[in-house]
Amino acid sequence: MESSQYPQGDYRRAAPVIGPGHSSRSITDKLASVVLTTNTPIGWFVFMFFGFTLFLGLNVALTYLFAKGIGIWGNNVPVGWAFDIINFVWWIGIGHAGTLISAILLLFKQDWRTSINRFAEAMTLFAVACALIFPIVHTGRPWLAAYWLLPYPNAMTIWPNFRSPLIWDVFAVSTYGSVSLLFWFIGLIPDLATFRDKAENPIVKRIYGILALGWRGSAIHWARYEHAYLLLAGLSTPLVLSVHTVVSFDFAVSVLPGWHATIFPPYFVAGAIFAGFAMVITLAIPLRAMYGLQDFITMRHLENMAKVTLVTGLVVVYGYFCEAFFGWYSANEYERFMMWNRTWHGPYAWSYWTLLLCNFIVPQLFWFKKCRQSIPILFMVCMFVNVGMWLERFVIIVTSLHRDFLPSSWEMYYPTKWDFITLFGTIGLFMTLMFLFVRVLPLISVFEMRTLLPEANPKQPEGGSH
Amino acid sequence: MSHTAPATPGFYGLMAEFDSAQTLLDAAHQVGKAGYTKADAFSPFPIHGLAEALGFKDRRISFIVLMGGIAGALFGYGLQYYTQVIAFPLNIGGRPFHSWVSFIPPTFETTILFASFTAGLTMIALNGLPRPYHPVFNVPRFSGASQDRFFLVIEATDPRFNLDQTRSFLSGLHAREVVVVDE
Repeated sequence: MESSQYPQGDYRRAAPVIGPGHSSRSITDKLASVVLTTNTPIGWFVFMFFGFTLFLGLNVALTYLFAKGIGIWGNNVPVGWAFDIINFVWWIGIGHAGTLISAILLLFKQDWRTSINRFAEAMTLFAVACALIFPIVHTGRPWLAAYWLLPYPNAMTIWPNFRSPLIWDVFAVSTYGSVSLLFWFIGLIPDLATFRDKAENPIVKRIYGILALGWRGSAIHWARYEHAYLLLAGLSTPLVLSVHTVVSFDFAVSVLPGWHATIFPPYFVAGAIFAGFAMVITLAIPLRAMYGLQDFITMRHLENMAKVTLVTGLVVVYGYFCEAFFGWYSANEYERFMMWNRTWHGPYAWSYWTLLLCNFIVPQLFWFKKCRQSIPILFMVCMFVNVGMWLERFVIIVTSLHRDFLPSSWEMYYPTKWDFITLFGTIGLFMTLMFLFVRVLPLISVFEMRTLLPEANPKQPEGGSH
Repeated sequence: MSHTAPATPGFYGLMAEFDSAQTLLDAAHQVGKAGYTKADAFSPFPIHGLAEALGFKDRRISFIVLMGGIAGALFGYGLQYYTQVIAFPLNIGGRPFHSWVSFIPPTFETTILFASFTAGLTMIALNGLPRPYHPVFNVPRFSGASQDRFFLVIEATDPRFNLDQTRSFLSGLHAREVVVVDE
């Protein structure tokens, strides 16, 4: 079966999670050589140039926003929430796959998570960083966000209203960002020690040495480390499920047709994982090609991620059908009008059908093993999903707001160029952070890759002392 | 300067280097059986049963994390009770000031936040980190402990420690070499 298109031979067998012939040394050398080198791949500069250019656009857009206010955006009455909240929900959703991979798959003992968890966690952090921009700037007056968002004793003696899901969101997202950062850093400590010991340049050695906190691989440290890591995974699992649930409450707790639905929490969580896995595949494909990591991110990983994308995608589609069903079954004329307006005779019906194409029709290709194993098809489907999940939030937010209960308050929404510059600017920020990360930190967890080797699991001697 | 303090022999201990996780684990069991209490092993990845073989039994993290979580829950709920009922009672749609159902999501989040940071910081603190200097780093080959080498150290302060006997004991455990670790 060596002639198979499948790189590991027989395509019907599960591919290994690590290529054959690897040892602790070869894994360490390969992954350290990605960072501890002066030889940066040309592709890195291309991505960095592209990302950083877009990021500069974000700076211009935000500076102009702070100078002029949100009048530069297309937001109006009644579409008071538009690109700002669409982008926020989209980015937060993308982040979810990282925590799912690092925490939930760890609890389920899925060893294939090991080679993708590190950069997926980094992706989570950077996606949350992009998301956090929007709640802070969406009023155009970011310096006021402090007392709107955070409960702190201020000179006005006013406090946020904790009966509102918007303040729950502040707690959910800030907890999520902080815990993800902690989880990521704890995971990095042993690898930073490896880099400290492998670095040749004394300044580089010193920097990794400080960050590694003096980690020396002591058995007692490892025991506490694994204990704490497992607890963190156990704590992150309900956290990640709560975050998008709370984000969905921003909508579900309101009384607007199209938002006020009990399906929202599970539907949003599934959508978040769907979007996140698509983004992990989108990132994994160029990274493994650029750094020659095909032995570590094998077809097994890509295929498993494609399967998760397919399943969560079907849950999302179930959400779409539920929304339509609720619209009809409620027998409420506003709910029925909303569905009819969203899907058929409204001016934004095109966005609904494009959404179904991206999130429903195209991902069905993942039923076929040949498609899951073809890199170009994987990449293309995931790009469709990335766009589709953005459109989903556009459909939910704009089509529900633009025609509400009173026809006299109806208004069309048109984004301006500043809306688009801000959206693409955050993509630039994300790319900039991601490629800086792969340049200076291990993008695959080196010590966890070592544990995949058979010799890393020695037999306990007979009559051991415990 | 050893003439002033006979209790400190002037070096940290003896370090044995091993080629594989299996020989290290077997050696650790032998060290534990021989009654050494101040011994530690070093490996580039976690090895199950290794710390236990050396007599490690500390499970305090779970309890401390539970306390952190409870503190987080009390903080989160207390913050909301104080701000919504005592400091800034606002009548919004006739809802009670003490709307405990609405207080659940933030309470949940602060519970997770406090418990997680307790887990991470307790692990670092109990491990005595950050500790940039440690005598084991004086052994040049020890840099392999973060890559693909395995080490076992018996400290000179161990009551059963005897330089010659311990050295020959470690050598008998299939160690690649045994070296003295400077203070």
